[in-house]
Amino acid sequence: MRLYEQTAADLSRMLQSREVSSVEVVRSFLERINEVDPHLKAFITQTPVMALDSGGEIDARRMRGETIHPLAGVPVAVKDNISTMDLRTTCASRILENYIPPFDATVISAIKKAGMPILGKTNLDEFAMGSSTENSAFYPTRNPWDPERVPGGSSGGSAVAVATGMAPLALGSDTGGSIRQPASLCGVTGLRPTYGRVSRYGLVAFASSLDQIGTVSTTALDGALLMSLVAGYDPLDSTSLPDQIPDYSTGLELDLKNLRVGLIRYGRVEGFDPQVTETVTQAASLLEEHGAEVGEVSLPLTDYGLSAYYLIAPSEASSNLGRYDGVRYGFCSDGDSVEAMFSRTRGEGFGPEVKRRIMIGTYALSAGYYDAYYLKAMKVRTLIRRDYEQAFKKFDLLLGAASPTPAFKLGEKTEDPLQMYLSDVCNITDSLAGVPSLAVPGGFSSSGLPIGLQLTARPLQEKLLLKAARFFEEQRQPAFLRPRLEYLEGGGSNEI
Amino acid sequence: MPVDFGKEVDYVARLARLSLEPGEKERMAGQLSEILETARRIQELDTTDVEPTSHVTELPAVLREDRIKLSLPLNRALQNSPRREKGFVKVPRITASEQAEE
Amino acid sequence: MKYEVVIGLEIHVELLTASKLFCGCSTAFGDEPNSNCCPVCLGLPGSLPVFNRRAIELAVTAALALNSEVQLTSRFDRKNYFYPDLPKAYQVSQYDRPLARGGSLEVEFNGGRRGVGLERVHLEEEAGKLIHAGDSIIGAGYSLVDYNRAGIPLLEIVTAPELHSGREARLFLEDLRTVLLYSGVSDCKMEEGSLRCDANISLRPEGSSELGTKAEVKNMNSFRSVELALDYEVKRQEQVLSGGGSVVQETCHWDEEKKQTIALRGKEGSSDYRYFPEPDLLPLVLESDFIQNLGRSLPELPAARQNRLRDQYGLEREEAFLLTANRELGDFFEEAAGEYNDYRTLVNWIQGDLLYQLRESGKQAEDLEPTLLVKLLRLLDEGSINRPVAKELLAEMVQTGADPKKLVRERGLERISGLESLLPLVEQVIAENPEAVENYRRGKEKALAFLVGKVMAMTKGRADPAELNRLFKEKI
Ligand SMILES: [Mg+2]
Ligand SMILES: [Zn+2]
Repeated sequence: MRLYEQTAADLSRMLQSREVSSVEVVRSFLERINEVDPHLKAFITQTPVMALDSGGEIDARRMRGETIHPLAGVPVAVKDNISTMDLRTTCASRILENYIPPFDATVISAIKKAGMPILGKTNLDEFAMGSSTENSAFYPTRNPWDPERVPGGSSGGSAVAVATGMAPLALGSDTGGSIRQPASLCGVTGLRPTYGRVSRYGLVAFASSLDQIGTVSTTALDGALLMSLVAGYDPLDSTSLPDQIPDYSTGLELDLKNLRVGLIRYGRVEGFDPQVTETVTQAASLLEEHGAEVGEVSLPLTDYGLSAYYLIAPSEASSNLGRYDGVRYGFCSDGDSVEAMFSRTRGEGFGPEVKRRIMIGTYALSAGYYDAYYLKAMKVRTLIRRDYEQAFKKFDLLLGAASPTPAFKLGEKTEDPLQMYLSDVCNITDSLAGVPSLAVPGGFSSSGLPIGLQLTARPLQEKLLLKAARFFEEQRQPAFLRPRLEYLEGGGSNEI
Repeated sequence: MPVDFGKEVDYVARLARLSLEPGEKERMAGQLSEILETARRIQELDTTDVEPTSHVTELPAVLREDRIKLSLPLNRALQNSPRREKGFVKVPRITASEQAEE
Repeated sequence: MKYEVVIGLEIHVELLTASKLFCGCSTAFGDEPNSNCCPVCLGLPGSLPVFNRRAIELAVTAALALNSEVQLTSRFDRKNYFYPDLPKAYQVSQYDRPLARGGSLEVEFNGGRRGVGLERVHLEEEAGKLIHAGDSIIGAGYSLVDYNRAGIPLLEIVTAPELHSGREARLFLEDLRTVLLYSGVSDCKMEEGSLRCDANISLRPEGSSELGTKAEVKNMNSFRSVELALDYEVKRQEQVLSGGGSVVQETCHWDEEKKQTIALRGKEGSSDYRYFPEPDLLPLVLESDFIQNLGRSLPELPAARQNRLRDQYGLEREEAFLLTANRELGDFFEEAAGEYNDYRTLVNWIQGDLLYQLRESGKQAEDLEPTLLVKLLRLLDEGSINRPVAKELLAEMVQTGADPKKLVRERGLERISGLESLLPLVEQVIAENPEAVENYRRGKEKALAFLVGKVMAMTKGRADPAELNRLFKEKI
């Protein structure tokens, strides 16, 4: 039995019954990282010493009989745009290559308090801007199902780490699909919670009105366990929701008898792989067979949503990224005046996609264009929210695709930003509406690539999403399939 | 009417404090024209009397009490600062045109 | 051609909170550079703002004091620009939905009282502080940044363009400062930068209703320099216009050394602030109860106090004005008046000798216990001391805070009076100064003063000159 192949829930149980020690668990994942990561490059920074230390500490506390958190000793990987005190947080950008935060994000404080060892910081598209993890300033991350393909993005590192057993759980962030799309492309479960459900304090801002931290896991239950830890009100985040959180991890059986599911019909969205449509339709039939009421729902503004998103997100980004000026932290170029120094620092420190978005956003907010671009997009956002309100009058869950295609080839879309943006088309309107949304494995393409389903619910209905994910898991045999890493010695088994 | 970003690129780059290489500038102008062309599709939608959504959270602002919390120790506050001098952060000279902006 | 001067002011005032607007760092002035900083006010990646309730209360209080209409819902926006003292490259401010709209302040100008309209009152965050190596901002080789000030709550007050001279601008500012001090929202110290003022100034032909092209004047660091700078700018624009030229819209700095405004050549369109709603802060929604409670607890404002001082104590207009403008002196007066009901005598001493002694010694009215002045006046009223001694004692009291009764006792400064004590001295002086006595007999009044002076010298000022006058007249 390989520890790194266990789910977080199983590890938690084994740790609590003292079948294994936390140090053993951590060591197993560290070995797996050593074996796999050189090929896939899921991590930017690995923290084996820190992880072993905190594993040891947890073991000691357990020995002393202290009451500790169920996830104590279960390791986790963290996307490298979440601030970790005294641990480099780069956002996969040259401009923050050597930045060391003097504080922890609220979610990191929670993880540390619970005693979850941090295995390292995972790769992403620079400042979470991208859908392939190719925009990392350091190196692209590769898809474990086919290393010639992208893992999706921007939380590609987190998705790959979980998919390959380099970490049982990971934190990601989702602005316009950055958890759900890579989860889908890597065959794992990714949850984007309701906007405000998980504190953003310490998450390096990309587009503040859209950013949300969420979970990546192999199973719904694992995602639920991590959600129970990181969700909840945070006085440090003014947009944090005050509502009590439910117990996400118990009672995950889906009541299909009283469930109304809306199957999303994608209107004029192009480039949909028929196999994806097929997988989603099958999933709908499965729900129907088990007693759910399934109808069709159209979200007519989906493609307008994409346009609105690519104005709103860059606008906020252009403002959020103004602070990287070489004065207080980060990369600093020289210049004989402040303005020259600022411009050169930013020109040299940011990669092409980040610069593109800063340019679009600056333009969309600038005098003379504000009304036509930014303001108009914000109004479209209102229309999109109304679309959802309408849909949720009839349905409890919306079912669709988590990505229009399975994983695409590395380099395939890097020269064409618009094509890259289109790969988020399924995810973006949920983000704009602020509703929770989850990607769960739905099947495989003919070439053996994972295809993800996307489930969307009303605000604060994360638990319903997890129940639905659990339902699909139960229908699968085996419940979770790992990629066979044939290109590695040993490769490992591929199921749980 | 297609969007021509070529004319705007210098102005926007200065506003955003981004120095762009000559080739980079042209490539960017082309890509941005295309992106904005697509983004402009939202103009087709009628948004008369539609309020913009700035926040999806429909709650009022949170207020905290006016209590002093510990600040970062000086060496922590400036630990990432590339140029320091006597507890200050050092920056190059400020030109007249920038002064006017503040 | 005759021109009319049109001036509008933008005033920034730091609010008196213990902690900053969005974080718990201290707002103390003069601490070690960068010692009151945290991830939030340094704009470290991932940090987020949370409103300080007290800052909101003070801002609303100030708006109410200025008769500005507090909005039940207001919104915060980001004002984007790059500057080394601005940690996030945006200032959280309020753009199209400010905290309060309109308002007015009545000011006593030379031509009488007039209300000056306000456009708006809003809340924003303060920037850090730049220290320039070299003699001026622009000539400096490099600059140093201190972020202690970054994030202190700042109130912005924008007036309507309703001021018409440097003098009026100054008078307005002085009254505004008094109102803000009375409301307890700020210490309004221009020298510490907690009150700052920028001005927009333009000229137009008299009778015209269109506004001329304006210049924005910055860097005026005292009430005096506001007046000087605007007067200078009036002359400059007058010269430009009467020479057939036109004023260029520009920003200029007041140069305190050279006593002139200096244009800063900004590139065109450089102030494109790209305002948009701050996504990290939800709209500020105020309950009307909250506003009304603050309105009820608003302290007495200067205009009301001035009227009350006249009604309650029978003070003259100028006296009431003085005791209002100088709040501490007014408080001193009112406290003393609680124990001493000869208000006329009291106000005369306060605006005369006390104010003089305070200025001489560089002390504040707060440094002296009002009850000590009352004791002094009582000693005088009882005839225990005479006026010259009282004046000397007051000087000492201001310096040391000593009790006048104790001083009189310790030094034997009681008035010397009565025939028994004074007659021998008078006779001695008459005997020793036959020439003066002779002169007085011939009708020279001055000679009498000389003789009285002799006795005063002998008694070290403790005798009563009036009594001596009488005695000399009787004896000679
Ligand atoms: Mg302002
Ligand atoms: Zn702070």
